[in-house]
Amino acid sequence: MRDRVSILPLQVENIAFEASGKRLLDGVSFSLPKGGVTAVIGPNGAGKSLTLRICHGLIAPSEGLVRWQESASSAGLKRHSMVFQRPVMLRRSALANLMHALNAVGGADPAKRSADALDRFGLSALSGRPARLLSGGEQQRLAIARAWALDPEMLFLDEPSSQLDPGATRQIEEMIANLAREGMTILMATHDLAQARRLCQRVLFFHRGRIVEDAPAEHFWNRPETEEGRAFIAGDLLW
Amino acid sequence: MDVYSAFQAAFSLISTLDPQFLQIVALSLRVTLTAILLAAVIGLPLGAMLAIARFPGRSAVIVFVNGLMGLPPVVAGLVVFLVLSRSGPLGPLGWLFTPTAMIVAQTLLVLPIVIALTRGTIEELWNEYREHLTSLGLVGWRAIPTLLWDGRFALITGLLAGFGRASAEVGAVLIVGGNIAGYTRTMTTAIALETSKGDLPLALGLGMVLIALTLCINAAAYGASRIGARFAG
Repeated sequence: MRDRVSILPLQVENIAFEASGKRLLDGVSFSLPKGGVTAVIGPNGAGKSLTLRICHGLIAPSEGLVRWQESASSAGLKRHSMVFQRPVMLRRSALANLMHALNAVGGADPAKRSADALDRFGLSALSGRPARLLSGGEQQRLAIARAWALDPEMLFLDEPSSQLDPGATRQIEEMIANLAREGMTILMATHDLAQARRLCQRVLFFHRGRIVEDAPAEHFWNRPETEEGRAFIAGDLLW
Repeated sequence: MDVYSAFQAAFSLISTLDPQFLQIVALSLRVTLTAILLAAVIGLPLGAMLAIARFPGRSAVIVFVNGLMGLPPVVAGLVVFLVLSRSGPLGPLGWLFTPTAMIVAQTLLVLPIVIALTRGTIEELWNEYREHLTSLGLVGWRAIPTLLWDGRFALITGLLAGFGRASAEVGAVLIVGGNIAGYTRTMTTAIALETSKGDLPLALGLGMVLIALTLCINAAAYGASRIGARFAG
């Protein structure tokens, strides 16, 4: 499917972020090789969403560097895209939402690619419906389809199912697992530890703006190396 | 002439499509619709830019534009009069006491409404869309077409509000148009003049058309918001 140079691994080097005198991220470094699902977990305010946004380029870090292997803004489709906790749906039909995104990044044959994306995720029946009137689960599936339509090499997911019921959550998880199987690299913030256990091979555990543990998932769930990690898994770490 | 027979005469003016009467209605519509079109072409992009741009003094600009929404029509008329008068900066154009001058004056009246309402609508949309559009590389002016299109129903309501204000005002068009019969006489200036002259049928007939127009505008605004709700949720 791709004969282009990979943008991965993603190198995050010592990033920090300050807002109104508060240091919300401090000394965050990690490297993300191609493939696999990595969970970003941690209590509220630990800096999970912020890290994803900085990696995706929505926010500039106060310090440090986000380094892609190949210029991520090079010609063609988006090399990495992002799905938000609350899906942003334009006031248009489901199909038009996809077309808009493809037109924005200059994709070839937006109409066909959009229809393909809806088809791939079983959303074709919703094609003509106003996107904002879809259910929460349908909107999030559409958001993922829209991100996929841009043919990214990597996906950032910011708590993609935190506002959905169990059935819709399962559908979202299936989509994520399928994308991962096809080789998509995924960095995903989640509150749902069970979901992280089901989907992720690696865990970045954030606490108070720092990465406290960066470990293979099995290792982290079974033998967390820090006090905070243990407390978080036990549900005792509230802040 | 008593009021009853005045009403009768007014209805016959409307039903027989009296040429003088029609001419006044047509001029009013031409002036106001052109003014709205100009205000939309200028005001929609300006309002959208004001919504997403961040610059020093932005709040002052917003307060200023909001304040201009209440600009008294006679003052707008006076300003345009001074600018277009023989010794004014645009005097050589010879626009004073022509329909063009009336269009300029009404555009000036409607423009703040269009800019302010667009700014409000687009700013709200931008807050909701910002991250997604930024993610797609649509930042700065590149985001504006998306935002204007997605705000279309609310923006149409704003334009209709401007249309209502322009079609109902009398002061500005009276000052810069001069209320010349058959040339710059609009519905509102004709009503003012004919009422003071005692020609109630023409004034009443025009008044009915104005009221009907207002009802149509409100129906259209209501329809736009209903369609918008169906689409936008």
